[in-house]
Amino acid sequence: MHKILIIGEHDGKTLNPATAKCVTCAAGIPEAEITVAVFGADTSTVATQAAALSGVKAVLRVDRAENLHPLAAIFAPQLAALAADYTHVFGPSTSFGKDLMPRTAALLGVAQVSDLMAVEGAYRFRRPIYAGNAIVTVEADPSRKLIATVRVASFQAAPAGGNATVASKSLDVSLPSHTRYIGAKSGSTDRPDLQTAARVISGGRALGSAENFKLLFSLADKLGAAVGASRAAVDAGYAPNEMQVGQTGKIISPEIYIAIGISGAIQHLTGIKDARTIVAINKDGEAPIFEVADVGLVGDLFQIVPELERLIG
Amino acid sequence: MQKIMVGIKRVVDFNVRIRVKADGSGVMLDGLKMSVNPFDEIALEEALRIKERGSNIEVVAVSIGVADTQQQLRTALAMGADRAILVQTDAAIEPLTAAKVFLALAKQENPDLILLGKQAIDDDANQTGQMLAALWERPQATFASKIEFSTGKASVTSEVDAGLKTIEVDLPAVMTVDLRLNEPRYVKLPDIMKAKKKPLDVTSLDALSVGATGWLKTLKTEPPPQRQKGIMVKDAAELVEVLKKKGLI
Ligand SMILES: Cc1cc2nc3c(=O)[nH]c(=O)nc-3n(C[C@H](O)[C@H](O)[C@H](O)COP(=O)(O)OP(=O)(O)OC[C@H]3O[C@@H](n4cnc5c(N)ncnc54)[C@H](O)[C@@H]3O)c2cc1C
Repeated sequence: MHKILIIGEHDGKTLNPATAKCVTCAAGIPEAEITVAVFGADTSTVATQAAALSGVKAVLRVDRAENLHPLAAIFAPQLAALAADYTHVFGPSTSFGKDLMPRTAALLGVAQVSDLMAVEGAYRFRRPIYAGNAIVTVEADPSRKLIATVRVASFQAAPAGGNATVASKSLDVSLPSHTRYIGAKSGSTDRPDLQTAARVISGGRALGSAENFKLLFSLADKLGAAVGASRAAVDAGYAPNEMQVGQTGKIISPEIYIAIGISGAIQHLTGIKDARTIVAINKDGEAPIFEVADVGLVGDLFQIVPELERLIG
Repeated sequence: MQKIMVGIKRVVDFNVRIRVKADGSGVMLDGLKMSVNPFDEIALEEALRIKERGSNIEVVAVSIGVADTQQQLRTALAMGADRAILVQTDAAIEPLTAAKVFLALAKQENPDLILLGKQAIDDDANQTGQMLAALWERPQATFASKIEFSTGKASVTSEVDAGLKTIEVDLPAVMTVDLRLNEPRYVKLPDIMKAKKKPLDVTSLDALSVGATGWLKTLKTEPPPQRQKGIMVKDAAELVEVLKKKGLI
Protein backbone atom coordinates (compact mmCIF):
# COMPACT_ATOMS: atom_id res chain seq x y z
CA MET A 1 0.00 0.00 0.00
CA HIS A 2 1.11 3.58 -0.66
CA LYS A 3 0.24 6.13 1.97
CA ILE A 4 -0.04 9.54 0.36
CA LEU A 5 -0.18 12.80 2.27
CA ILE A 6 -1.47 15.87 0.44
CA ILE A 7 -1.03 19.33 1.89
CA GLY A 8 -4.31 21.16 1.40
CA GLU A 9 -4.22 24.72 0.11
CA HIS A 10 -6.85 27.13 1.41
CA ASP A 11 -7.45 30.70 2.54
CA GLY A 12 -9.10 29.78 5.84
CA LYS A 13 -12.58 29.71 4.29
CA THR A 14 -12.33 27.78 1.05
CA LEU A 15 -10.25 24.83 -0.01
CA ASN A 16 -8.40 25.74 -3.21
CA PRO A 17 -9.48 23.53 -6.17
CA ALA A 18 -5.77 22.67 -6.58
CA THR A 19 -6.17 20.30 -3.63
CA ALA A 20 -8.91 18.30 -5.36
CA LYS A 21 -6.62 18.01 -8.39
CA CYS A 22 -3.79 16.67 -6.22
CA VAL A 23 -6.23 14.05 -4.96
CA THR A 24 -6.91 12.89 -8.52
CA CYS A 25 -3.18 12.68 -9.20
CA ALA A 26 -2.60 10.71 -5.98
CA ALA A 27 -5.49 8.37 -6.78
CA GLY A 28 -3.55 7.32 -9.89
CA ILE A 29 -0.92 5.68 -7.72
CA PRO A 30 -1.47 1.95 -7.23
CA GLU A 31 -3.04 1.04 -3.87
CA ALA A 32 -3.16 4.63 -2.74
CA GLU A 33 -4.48 5.59 0.66
CA ILE A 34 -4.96 9.34 0.64
CA THR A 35 -4.77 11.73 3.59
CA VAL A 36 -5.19 15.50 3.28
CA ALA A 37 -3.57 17.71 5.90
CA VAL A 38 -4.85 21.24 6.45
CA PHE A 39 -2.74 23.74 8.38
CA GLY A 40 -4.30 26.90 9.78
CA ALA A 41 -5.43 28.80 12.84
CA ASP A 42 -8.91 27.27 12.57
CA THR A 43 -9.34 24.69 9.83
CA SER A 44 -12.80 23.41 10.74
CA THR A 45 -14.46 24.70 7.55
CA VAL A 46 -11.77 23.67 5.09
CA ALA A 47 -11.33 20.29 6.79
CA THR A 48 -15.00 19.55 6.13
CA GLN A 49 -14.52 20.50 2.49
CA ALA A 50 -11.48 18.24 2.18
CA ALA A 51 -13.33 15.35 3.82
CA ALA A 52 -16.03 15.60 1.15
CA LEU A 53 -13.58 14.93 -1.69
CA SER A 54 -14.07 11.54 -3.25
CA GLY A 55 -11.04 9.30 -2.69
CA VAL A 56 -9.83 10.93 0.55
CA LYS A 57 -9.59 8.50 3.48
CA ALA A 58 -8.62 10.88 6.26
CA VAL A 59 -8.23 14.58 6.93
CA LEU A 60 -5.75 15.83 9.50
CA ARG A 61 -6.25 19.25 11.03
CA VAL A 62 -3.13 20.97 12.27
CA ASP A 63 -4.50 24.05 14.00
CA ARG A 64 -2.04 26.41 15.57
CA ALA A 65 -1.98 30.22 15.90
CA GLU A 66 1.31 30.37 13.95
CA ASN A 67 -0.41 28.65 11.00
CA LEU A 68 -2.76 31.56 10.32
CA HIS A 69 -0.80 32.55 7.19
CA PRO A 70 0.98 30.09 4.92
CA LEU A 71 4.69 30.67 5.47
CA ALA A 72 6.97 27.94 4.13
CA ALA A 73 9.45 28.40 6.98
CA ILE A 74 6.64 27.72 9.48
CA PHE A 75 4.76 25.00 7.58
CA ALA A 76 7.75 22.96 6.33
CA PRO A 77 9.00 21.63 9.70
CA GLN A 78 5.44 20.60 10.58
CA LEU A 79 4.84 18.94 7.23
CA ALA A 80 8.19 17.16 7.49
CA ALA A 81 7.20 15.84 10.92
CA LEU A 82 3.81 14.66 9.63
CA ALA A 83 5.49 12.98 6.65
CA ALA A 84 7.00 10.27 8.86
CA ASP A 85 3.96 8.02 8.43
CA TYR A 86 3.69 8.35 4.66
CA THR A 87 5.41 7.05 1.53
CA HIS A 88 4.52 10.08 -0.59
CA VAL A 89 3.91 13.77 0.15
CA PHE A 90 2.20 15.84 -2.56
CA GLY A 91 1.50 19.54 -2.85
CA PRO A 92 0.10 21.59 -5.73
CA SER A 93 2.34 23.37 -8.25
CA THR A 94 0.87 26.68 -7.16
CA SER A 95 2.87 29.52 -5.61
CA PHE A 96 1.95 28.02 -2.21
CA GLY A 97 3.16 24.51 -3.07
CA LYS A 98 6.25 25.66 -4.96
CA ASP A 99 7.34 27.65 -1.93
CA LEU A 100 6.63 24.94 0.64
CA MET A 101 7.42 21.56 -0.90
CA PRO A 102 11.16 21.92 -1.71
CA ARG A 103 11.81 23.25 1.80
CA THR A 104 10.01 20.21 3.20
CA ALA A 105 11.92 17.84 0.92
CA ALA A 106 15.28 19.28 1.99
CA LEU A 107 14.33 18.98 5.69
CA LEU A 108 13.63 15.30 4.99
CA GLY A 109 16.89 14.98 3.06
CA VAL A 110 15.20 13.83 -0.13
CA ALA A 111 14.77 15.14 -3.66
CA GLN A 112 11.54 16.50 -5.11
CA VAL A 113 9.83 15.75 -8.39
CA SER A 114 8.28 18.99 -9.66
CA ASP A 115 5.15 19.35 -11.77
CA LEU A 116 3.84 15.78 -12.07
CA MET A 117 1.72 15.69 -15.21
CA ALA A 118 1.09 11.94 -15.36
CA VAL A 119 1.50 9.01 -13.00
CA GLU A 120 3.01 5.86 -14.54
CA GLY A 121 3.66 3.99 -11.33
CA ALA A 122 4.13 4.64 -7.64
CA TYR A 123 7.61 6.03 -8.32
CA ARG A 124 7.44 6.75 -12.03
CA PHE A 125 6.08 10.02 -13.39
CA ARG A 126 6.06 12.27 -16.42
CA ARG A 127 6.92 15.94 -16.09
CA PRO A 128 7.64 18.85 -18.46
CA ILE A 129 11.04 20.49 -18.88
CA TYR A 130 12.21 23.38 -21.12
CA ALA A 131 8.91 25.24 -20.78
CA GLY A 132 7.05 22.12 -21.85
CA ASN A 133 9.07 21.62 -25.02
CA ALA A 134 10.16 18.20 -23.77
CA ILE A 135 8.49 15.69 -21.48
CA VAL A 136 10.63 13.40 -19.33
CA THR A 137 9.70 10.16 -17.66
CA VAL A 138 11.50 10.00 -14.33
CA GLU A 139 11.82 7.30 -11.73
CA ALA A 140 12.56 7.86 -8.06
CA ASP A 141 14.07 5.42 -5.57
CA PRO A 142 11.19 3.46 -3.92
CA SER A 143 13.21 3.11 -0.71
CA ARG A 144 12.95 6.85 -0.09
CA LYS A 145 10.06 9.12 0.65
CA LEU A 146 8.75 10.75 -2.48
CA ILE A 147 8.05 14.49 -2.40
CA ALA A 148 6.34 16.02 -5.41
CA THR A 149 4.38 18.95 -6.69
CA VAL A 150 1.41 18.28 -8.94
CA ARG A 151 0.91 20.24 -12.15
CA VAL A 152 -2.71 21.02 -11.44
CA ALA A 153 -3.64 21.81 -15.06
CA SER A 154 -2.98 18.13 -15.90
CA PHE A 155 -5.67 16.72 -13.61
CA GLN A 156 -9.41 17.05 -13.17
CA ALA A 157 -10.62 17.94 -9.69
CA ALA A 158 -11.74 14.95 -7.61
CA PRO A 159 -15.52 15.10 -7.35
CA ALA A 160 -17.47 15.46 -4.11
CA GLY A 161 -19.01 12.40 -2.54
CA GLY A 162 -16.26 11.43 -0.12
CA ASN A 163 -16.72 10.85 3.54
CA ALA A 164 -13.29 10.98 5.16
CA THR A 165 -12.63 10.93 8.87
CA VAL A 166 -11.46 14.24 10.32
CA ALA A 167 -8.98 14.28 13.19
CA SER A 168 -6.94 16.97 14.90
CA LYS A 169 -3.25 16.43 15.15
CA SER A 170 -0.93 18.31 17.44
CA LEU A 171 2.69 18.31 16.46
CA ASP A 172 5.52 18.90 18.85
CA VAL A 173 7.63 20.94 16.49
CA SER A 174 9.46 24.13 17.40
CA LEU A 175 9.00 26.85 14.82
CA PRO A 176 11.45 29.54 13.74
CA SER A 177 10.74 33.23 14.36
CA HIS A 178 12.96 34.49 11.53
CA THR A 179 10.09 34.79 9.02
CA ARG A 180 7.02 36.96 9.56
CA TYR A 181 3.90 37.57 7.52
CA ILE A 182 3.24 41.23 6.72
CA GLY A 183 0.30 41.29 4.33
CA ALA A 184 -1.24 40.38 1.01
CA LYS A 185 -2.87 42.27 -1.80
CA SER A 186 -5.17 40.74 -4.33
CA GLY A 187 -7.22 42.35 -7.01
CA SER A 188 -10.28 40.48 -5.84
CA THR A 189 -12.90 40.37 -8.56
CA ASP A 190 -16.29 38.79 -9.07
CA ARG A 191 -15.02 37.28 -12.29
CA PRO A 192 -14.32 33.56 -12.62
CA ASP A 193 -10.97 32.39 -11.32
CA LEU A 194 -8.35 32.20 -14.06
CA GLN A 195 -7.05 28.82 -12.94
CA THR A 196 -10.40 27.03 -12.91
CA ALA A 197 -12.47 28.94 -15.49
CA ALA A 198 -13.87 27.01 -18.44
CA ARG A 199 -13.45 30.07 -20.64
CA VAL A 200 -10.48 32.44 -20.68
CA ILE A 201 -9.83 35.55 -22.74
CA SER A 202 -6.29 36.90 -22.67
CA GLY A 203 -4.81 40.11 -23.94
CA GLY A 204 -1.28 40.98 -24.99
CA ARG A 205 0.91 43.98 -25.56
CA ALA A 206 -1.33 45.00 -28.46
CA LEU A 207 -4.00 46.21 -26.04
CA GLY A 208 -1.78 49.22 -25.42
CA SER A 209 -3.21 50.34 -22.06
CA ALA A 210 -5.02 49.26 -18.92
CA GLU A 211 -7.95 51.30 -20.21
CA ASN A 212 -8.15 49.19 -23.36
CA PHE A 213 -8.15 45.99 -21.30
CA LYS A 214 -11.71 46.98 -20.38
CA LEU A 215 -12.66 45.84 -23.89
CA LEU A 216 -11.68 42.32 -22.85
CA PHE A 217 -13.38 42.50 -19.47
CA SER A 218 -16.57 43.56 -21.16
CA LEU A 219 -16.44 40.66 -23.63
CA ALA A 220 -15.44 38.28 -20.82
CA ASP A 221 -18.49 39.29 -18.77
CA LYS A 222 -20.72 38.42 -21.71
CA LEU A 223 -19.13 34.97 -21.92
CA GLY A 224 -18.69 34.34 -18.21
CA ALA A 225 -14.97 34.10 -18.91
CA ALA A 226 -11.90 34.82 -16.81
CA VAL A 227 -9.34 37.31 -18.13
CA GLY A 228 -5.63 36.62 -18.52
CA ALA A 229 -2.66 38.48 -19.95
CA SER A 230 0.73 37.95 -21.55
CA ARG A 231 3.88 38.88 -19.70
CA ALA A 232 4.38 41.88 -21.97
CA ALA A 233 0.95 43.21 -20.97
CA VAL A 234 1.70 42.69 -17.27
CA ASP A 235 5.19 44.21 -17.53
CA ALA A 236 3.70 47.26 -19.20
CA GLY A 237 1.24 47.65 -16.33
CA TYR A 238 -1.90 46.97 -18.42
CA ALA A 239 -2.85 44.05 -16.15
CA PRO A 240 -1.85 42.87 -12.64
CA ASN A 241 0.67 40.05 -12.18
CA GLU A 242 -1.89 37.49 -11.06
CA MET A 243 -3.36 37.61 -14.56
CA GLN A 244 -0.16 36.41 -16.28
CA VAL A 245 -0.45 33.18 -18.22
CA GLY A 246 2.65 31.17 -19.14
CA GLN A 247 5.87 29.57 -17.96
CA THR A 248 6.24 32.10 -15.17
CA GLY A 249 2.56 32.82 -14.74
CA LYS A 250 -0.39 30.50 -14.52
CA ILE A 251 -0.66 27.18 -16.32
CA ILE A 252 -4.30 26.79 -17.26
CA SER A 253 -6.55 24.25 -18.97
CA PRO A 254 -9.80 25.94 -20.00
CA GLU A 255 -12.30 24.56 -22.53
CA ILE A 256 -11.68 27.62 -24.66
CA TYR A 257 -8.79 30.10 -24.65
CA ILE A 258 -9.06 33.25 -26.73
CA ALA A 259 -5.70 34.98 -27.26
CA ILE A 260 -6.11 38.56 -28.39
CA GLY A 261 -3.11 40.56 -29.61
CA ILE A 262 -0.70 37.94 -28.27
CA SER A 263 2.15 36.80 -30.52
CA GLY A 264 2.50 33.27 -29.11
CA ALA A 265 6.01 33.17 -27.59
CA ILE A 266 6.99 29.69 -26.32
CA GLN A 267 6.87 30.95 -22.72
CA HIS A 268 3.27 32.01 -23.23
CA LEU A 269 2.26 28.80 -25.01
CA THR A 270 3.59 26.79 -22.04
CA GLY A 271 0.66 28.11 -20.05
CA ILE A 272 -2.06 27.10 -22.51
CA LYS A 273 -0.93 23.69 -23.84
CA ASP A 274 -3.83 21.99 -22.07
CA ALA A 275 -6.53 24.31 -23.35
CA ARG A 276 -9.14 22.29 -25.26
CA THR A 277 -9.65 24.90 -28.00
CA ILE A 278 -7.38 27.85 -28.71
CA VAL A 279 -8.70 30.85 -30.62
CA ALA A 280 -6.28 33.53 -31.82
CA ILE A 281 -7.01 37.05 -32.97
CA ASN A 282 -3.98 38.87 -34.30
CA LYS A 283 -3.39 41.39 -37.06
CA ASP A 284 -0.23 39.59 -38.17
CA GLY A 285 -1.07 36.45 -40.16
CA GLU A 286 2.47 35.19 -39.53
CA ALA A 287 2.23 35.36 -35.72
CA PRO A 288 3.35 32.07 -34.13
CA ILE A 289 0.11 31.85 -32.14
CA PHE A 290 -1.59 30.71 -35.37
CA GLU A 291 0.61 27.57 -35.42
CA VAL A 292 -1.22 26.26 -32.37
CA ALA A 293 -4.62 27.91 -32.74
CA ASP A 294 -7.64 25.75 -33.53
CA VAL A 295 -9.42 28.79 -34.91
CA GLY A 296 -7.57 31.87 -36.15
CA LEU A 297 -8.76 35.28 -37.24
CA VAL A 298 -6.40 37.84 -38.80
CA GLY A 299 -7.45 41.39 -38.08
CA ASP A 300 -7.44 44.42 -35.83
CA LEU A 301 -8.57 43.55 -32.32
CA PHE A 302 -9.98 47.04 -31.75
CA GLN A 303 -12.47 46.36 -34.53
CA ILE A 304 -13.06 42.65 -33.88
CA VAL A 305 -13.55 42.61 -30.10
CA PRO A 306 -16.47 45.09 -29.98
CA GLU A 307 -18.00 43.27 -32.94
CA LEU A 308 -17.73 39.94 -31.14
CA GLU A 309 -19.40 41.42 -28.12
CA ARG A 310 -22.25 42.69 -30.24
CA LEU A 311 -22.67 39.36 -32.05
CA ILE A 312 -22.65 37.34 -28.85
CA GLY A 313 -25.09 39.84 -27.42
CA MET B 1 25.37 44.03 4.66
CA GLN B 2 28.79 42.96 3.52
CA LYS B 3 28.48 40.11 1.12
CA ILE B 4 25.92 38.85 -1.38
CA MET B 5 26.24 35.47 -3.08
CA VAL B 6 24.43 35.04 -6.40
CA GLY B 7 23.77 31.75 -8.20
CA ILE B 8 24.41 31.72 -11.94
CA LYS B 9 23.28 28.75 -14.04
CA ARG B 10 24.38 28.06 -17.59
CA VAL B 11 21.31 27.16 -19.67
CA VAL B 12 20.21 27.08 -23.30
CA ASP B 13 19.36 30.65 -24.28
CA PHE B 14 15.67 31.45 -23.78
CA ASN B 15 15.27 32.35 -27.45
CA VAL B 16 16.40 28.92 -28.67
CA ARG B 17 13.76 26.30 -29.30
CA ILE B 18 15.17 22.96 -28.13
CA ARG B 19 14.58 19.62 -29.85
CA VAL B 20 14.37 16.15 -28.39
CA LYS B 21 16.80 13.47 -29.62
CA ALA B 22 15.15 10.92 -31.89
CA ASP B 23 16.17 8.02 -29.62
CA GLY B 24 14.47 9.63 -26.61
CA SER B 25 17.73 9.81 -24.66
CA GLY B 26 17.54 13.53 -23.98
CA VAL B 27 17.54 16.99 -25.49
CA MET B 28 19.92 17.99 -28.31
CA LEU B 29 22.27 20.53 -26.79
CA ASP B 30 25.24 20.44 -29.17
CA GLY B 31 26.04 23.80 -30.69
CA LEU B 32 23.15 25.62 -29.06
CA LYS B 33 23.65 29.15 -27.75
CA MET B 34 24.16 29.01 -23.97
CA SER B 35 23.42 31.93 -21.66
CA VAL B 36 22.94 32.89 -18.06
CA ASN B 37 19.53 31.67 -16.84
CA PRO B 38 17.34 34.82 -17.22
CA PHE B 39 16.13 34.66 -13.61
CA ASP B 40 19.74 34.51 -12.39
CA GLU B 41 20.56 37.62 -14.39
CA ILE B 42 17.80 39.39 -12.48
CA ALA B 43 19.20 38.05 -9.19
CA LEU B 44 22.62 39.42 -10.09
CA GLU B 45 21.20 42.76 -11.19
CA GLU B 46 19.46 43.09 -7.82
CA ALA B 47 22.69 42.29 -5.98
CA LEU B 48 24.51 44.95 -8.01
CA ARG B 49 21.83 47.55 -7.25
CA ILE B 50 22.09 46.76 -3.53
CA LYS B 51 25.87 47.08 -3.81
CA GLU B 52 25.58 50.41 -5.61
CA ARG B 53 23.25 51.77 -2.93
CA GLY B 54 25.43 50.60 -0.04
CA SER B 55 29.10 50.69 0.61
CA ASN B 56 31.72 48.01 0.57
CA ILE B 57 29.44 45.18 -0.40
CA GLU B 58 31.09 42.30 -2.19
CA VAL B 59 29.08 40.40 -4.81
CA VAL B 60 30.23 36.84 -5.41
CA ALA B 61 28.81 34.95 -8.40
CA VAL B 62 28.81 31.16 -8.00
CA SER B 63 28.01 28.41 -10.45
CA ILE B 64 28.07 24.64 -10.74
CA GLY B 65 28.73 23.13 -14.15
CA VAL B 66 31.03 22.18 -16.98
CA ALA B 67 34.31 24.03 -17.66
CA ASP B 68 32.60 26.28 -20.23
CA THR B 69 30.40 27.71 -17.48
CA GLN B 70 33.32 30.12 -17.04
CA GLN B 71 31.75 32.02 -19.97
CA GLN B 72 28.58 32.72 -17.98
CA LEU B 73 30.60 33.65 -14.89
CA ARG B 74 32.65 36.06 -17.04
CA THR B 75 29.35 37.63 -18.11
CA ALA B 76 28.43 37.96 -14.44
CA LEU B 77 31.79 39.60 -13.74
CA ALA B 78 31.29 41.94 -16.69
CA MET B 79 27.89 42.92 -15.32
CA GLY B 80 29.65 43.90 -12.08
CA ALA B 81 30.19 40.93 -9.77
CA ASP B 82 33.46 41.28 -7.84
CA ARG B 83 34.59 37.68 -8.11
CA ALA B 84 33.33 34.30 -9.15
CA ILE B 85 33.55 30.67 -8.07
CA LEU B 86 32.95 27.75 -10.42
CA VAL B 87 32.31 24.36 -8.90
CA GLN B 88 33.37 22.45 -11.98
CA THR B 89 31.70 19.14 -12.78
CA ASP B 90 30.46 17.21 -15.80
CA ALA B 91 27.82 15.47 -13.70
CA ALA B 92 24.14 16.31 -14.07
CA ILE B 93 23.35 18.30 -10.92
CA GLU B 94 19.90 17.98 -9.42
CA PRO B 95 18.44 20.76 -7.23
CA LEU B 96 19.14 19.03 -3.90
CA THR B 97 22.78 18.58 -4.85
CA ALA B 98 22.99 22.18 -6.03
CA ALA B 99 21.55 23.27 -2.67
CA LYS B 100 24.21 21.23 -0.85
CA VAL B 101 26.96 22.81 -2.94
CA PHE B 102 25.63 26.31 -2.25
CA LEU B 103 25.40 25.43 1.44
CA ALA B 104 29.06 24.42 1.45
CA LEU B 105 29.95 27.70 -0.28
CA ALA B 106 27.75 29.67 2.13
CA LYS B 107 29.63 28.16 5.05
CA GLN B 108 32.92 29.28 3.51
CA GLU B 109 31.77 32.72 2.43
CA ASN B 110 29.27 33.66 5.15
CA PRO B 111 27.12 35.90 2.94
CA ASP B 112 24.36 38.09 4.42
CA LEU B 113 22.17 37.34 1.46
CA ILE B 114 21.96 34.64 -1.20
CA LEU B 115 20.06 35.61 -4.33
CA LEU B 116 18.99 32.96 -6.82
CA GLY B 117 16.62 32.82 -9.77
CA LYS B 118 13.25 31.33 -8.87
CA GLN B 119 13.75 28.60 -11.45
CA ALA B 120 16.11 27.61 -14.22
CA ILE B 121 14.54 27.53 -17.65
CA ASP B 122 16.01 24.11 -18.50
CA ASP B 123 14.67 21.75 -15.82
CA ASP B 124 12.05 24.29 -14.58
CA ALA B 125 12.36 22.64 -11.13
CA ASN B 126 11.91 25.71 -8.89
CA GLN B 127 13.53 24.03 -5.88
CA THR B 128 17.14 25.05 -5.24
CA GLY B 129 16.60 28.26 -3.26
CA GLN B 130 13.99 26.72 -0.96
CA MET B 131 16.17 23.66 -0.37
CA LEU B 132 19.22 25.78 0.34
CA ALA B 133 17.28 27.89 2.86
CA ALA B 134 16.12 24.71 4.65
CA LEU B 135 19.62 23.21 4.80
CA TRP B 136 21.13 26.53 5.89
CA GLU B 137 18.32 26.84 8.49
CA ARG B 138 17.62 30.36 7.31
CA PRO B 139 14.53 32.20 5.98
CA GLN B 140 13.44 32.00 2.38
CA ALA B 141 11.63 34.63 0.37
CA THR B 142 10.60 33.19 -2.97
CA PHE B 143 9.45 34.80 -6.26
CA ALA B 144 10.50 38.27 -5.11
CA SER B 145 9.23 41.23 -7.09
CA LYS B 146 10.31 43.87 -4.54
CA ILE B 147 12.99 43.79 -1.83
CA GLU B 148 13.58 46.44 0.83
CA PHE B 149 16.21 46.28 3.56
CA SER B 150 16.36 47.66 7.06
CA THR B 151 18.88 46.81 9.76
CA GLY B 152 19.33 43.06 9.92
CA LYS B 153 16.18 42.26 7.99
CA ALA B 154 14.34 42.63 4.72
CA SER B 155 10.78 43.04 3.57
CA VAL B 156 10.06 41.04 0.43
CA THR B 157 7.01 41.24 -1.80
CA SER B 158 6.35 38.16 -3.89
CA GLU B 159 4.13 37.48 -6.86
CA VAL B 160 1.74 34.74 -5.76
CA ASP B 161 -1.29 33.22 -7.47
CA ALA B 162 -3.72 35.50 -5.66
CA GLY B 163 -1.73 38.69 -6.23
CA LEU B 164 1.06 39.97 -4.02
CA LYS B 165 2.27 38.78 -0.62
CA THR B 166 4.74 40.55 1.66
CA ILE B 167 6.84 38.89 4.33
CA GLU B 168 9.66 40.04 6.57
CA VAL B 169 12.76 37.92 7.00
CA ASP B 170 15.81 38.20 9.21
CA LEU B 171 19.20 38.17 7.51
CA PRO B 172 21.02 36.11 6.45
CA ALA B 173 18.36 34.82 4.10
CA VAL B 174 17.87 33.16 0.75
CA MET B 175 15.78 35.00 -1.82
CA THR B 176 14.62 33.75 -5.20
CA VAL B 177 13.68 36.36 -7.74
CA ASP B 178 10.89 36.77 -10.27
CA LEU B 179 10.92 38.53 -13.62
CA ARG B 180 9.49 41.86 -12.58
CA LEU B 181 12.03 42.60 -9.84
CA ASN B 182 14.22 44.60 -12.22
CA GLU B 183 15.56 44.80 -15.75
CA PRO B 184 19.14 43.57 -15.99
CA ARG B 185 21.72 45.95 -17.43
CA TYR B 186 23.49 45.38 -20.73
CA VAL B 187 27.13 44.50 -20.59
CA LYS B 188 29.43 47.02 -22.27
CA LEU B 189 32.62 46.11 -24.09
CA PRO B 190 35.03 47.81 -21.63
CA ASP B 191 33.35 45.87 -18.83
CA ILE B 192 34.06 42.62 -20.64
CA MET B 193 37.74 43.59 -20.84
CA LYS B 194 37.81 44.52 -17.14
CA ALA B 195 36.05 41.28 -16.20
CA LYS B 196 38.96 39.28 -17.61
CA LYS B 197 41.12 40.50 -14.73
CA LYS B 198 38.61 39.72 -11.99
CA PRO B 199 39.22 36.57 -9.93
CA LEU B 200 37.43 33.40 -11.02
CA ASP B 201 38.26 30.45 -8.77
CA VAL B 202 37.61 26.91 -9.88
CA THR B 203 36.86 24.27 -7.30
CA SER B 204 35.22 20.84 -7.29
CA LEU B 205 32.47 18.84 -5.63
CA ASP B 206 35.17 16.78 -3.91
CA ALA B 207 36.82 19.85 -2.44
CA LEU B 208 33.45 20.83 -0.97
CA SER B 209 32.74 17.23 0.14
CA VAL B 210 29.48 17.05 -1.79
CA GLY B 211 28.62 13.89 -3.73
CA ALA B 212 26.88 14.19 -7.11
CA THR B 213 24.02 11.94 -6.03
CA GLY B 214 21.53 11.18 -8.79
CA TRP B 215 18.19 11.12 -7.02
CA LEU B 216 16.04 10.69 -10.08
CA LYS B 217 16.58 8.44 -13.07
CA THR B 218 15.42 9.88 -16.36
CA LEU B 219 14.06 6.96 -18.35
CA LYS B 220 12.89 8.74 -21.46
CA THR B 221 12.63 12.18 -23.06
CA GLU B 222 9.87 12.86 -25.55
CA PRO B 223 8.60 15.82 -27.51
CA PRO B 224 5.25 17.14 -26.26
CA PRO B 225 2.12 16.23 -28.20
CA GLN B 226 1.89 18.67 -31.11
CA ARG B 227 -1.23 20.70 -31.59
CA GLN B 228 -2.60 20.58 -35.11
CA LYS B 229 -2.83 23.82 -37.03
CA GLY B 230 -6.51 24.67 -37.12
CA ILE B 231 -8.76 26.62 -39.43
CA MET B 232 -8.80 30.32 -40.29
CA VAL B 233 -12.01 32.29 -40.32
CA LYS B 234 -12.56 35.52 -42.25
CA ASP B 235 -14.40 37.70 -39.74
CA ALA B 236 -16.01 38.00 -36.34
CA ALA B 237 -19.34 36.66 -37.58
CA GLU B 238 -17.76 33.46 -38.89
CA LEU B 239 -15.79 33.07 -35.65
CA VAL B 240 -18.95 33.26 -33.56
CA GLU B 241 -20.64 30.77 -35.91
CA VAL B 242 -17.75 28.27 -35.61
CA LEU B 243 -17.60 28.56 -31.82
CA LYS B 244 -21.36 28.14 -31.51
CA LYS B 245 -21.21 25.03 -33.69
CA LYS B 246 -18.50 23.61 -31.43
CA GLY B 247 -20.72 24.32 -28.44
CA LEU B 248 -18.07 26.56 -26.92
CA ILE B 249 -20.15 29.70 -26.53
C1 LIG C 1 12.29 33.52 -18.67
C2 LIG C 1 11.11 34.08 -19.40
C3 LIG C 1 9.84 33.78 -18.94
C4 LIG C 1 8.72 34.28 -19.58
N1 LIG C 1 7.49 33.97 -19.10
C5 LIG C 1 6.38 34.40 -19.77
C6 LIG C 1 5.06 34.06 -19.31
O1 LIG C 1 4.86 33.40 -18.29
N2 LIG C 1 4.00 34.51 -20.05
C7 LIG C 1 4.14 35.25 -21.18
O2 LIG C 1 3.12 35.61 -21.81
N3 LIG C 1 5.37 35.60 -21.60
C8 LIG C 1 6.48 35.20 -20.92
N4 LIG C 1 7.73 35.61 -21.36
C9 LIG C 1 7.80 36.63 -22.42
C10 LIG C 1 7.62 36.10 -23.84
O3 LIG C 1 8.87 35.69 -24.35
C11 LIG C 1 7.06 37.23 -24.76
O4 LIG C 1 7.93 38.32 -24.70
C12 LIG C 1 5.65 37.68 -24.38
O5 LIG C 1 4.79 36.58 -24.22
C13 LIG C 1 5.12 38.58 -25.46
O6 LIG C 1 3.86 39.11 -25.11
P1 LIG C 1 2.83 39.56 -26.23
O7 LIG C 1 2.50 38.41 -27.11
O8 LIG C 1 1.71 40.26 -25.55
O9 LIG C 1 3.63 40.70 -27.00
P2 LIG C 1 4.25 40.73 -28.46
O10 LIG C 1 5.15 39.59 -28.69
O11 LIG C 1 4.77 42.09 -28.66
O12 LIG C 1 3.00 40.50 -29.40
C14 LIG C 1 1.97 41.42 -29.61
C15 LIG C 1 1.11 40.87 -30.74
O13 LIG C 1 0.01 41.69 -30.94
C16 LIG C 1 -0.27 41.78 -32.32
N5 LIG C 1 -1.00 43.05 -32.55
C17 LIG C 1 -0.52 44.31 -32.46
N6 LIG C 1 -1.52 45.20 -32.66
C18 LIG C 1 -2.65 44.49 -32.89
C19 LIG C 1 -4.01 44.84 -33.16
N7 LIG C 1 -4.40 46.11 -33.22
N8 LIG C 1 -4.89 43.83 -33.34
C20 LIG C 1 -4.51 42.53 -33.27
N9 LIG C 1 -3.24 42.15 -33.00
C21 LIG C 1 -2.33 43.11 -32.82
C22 LIG C 1 1.07 41.74 -32.98
O14 LIG C 1 0.94 41.26 -34.31
C23 LIG C 1 1.82 40.76 -32.07
O15 LIG C 1 1.71 39.43 -32.55
C24 LIG C 1 8.87 35.11 -20.72
C25 LIG C 1 10.15 35.40 -21.19
C26 LIG C 1 11.25 34.91 -20.54
C27 LIG C 1 12.61 35.25 -21.05
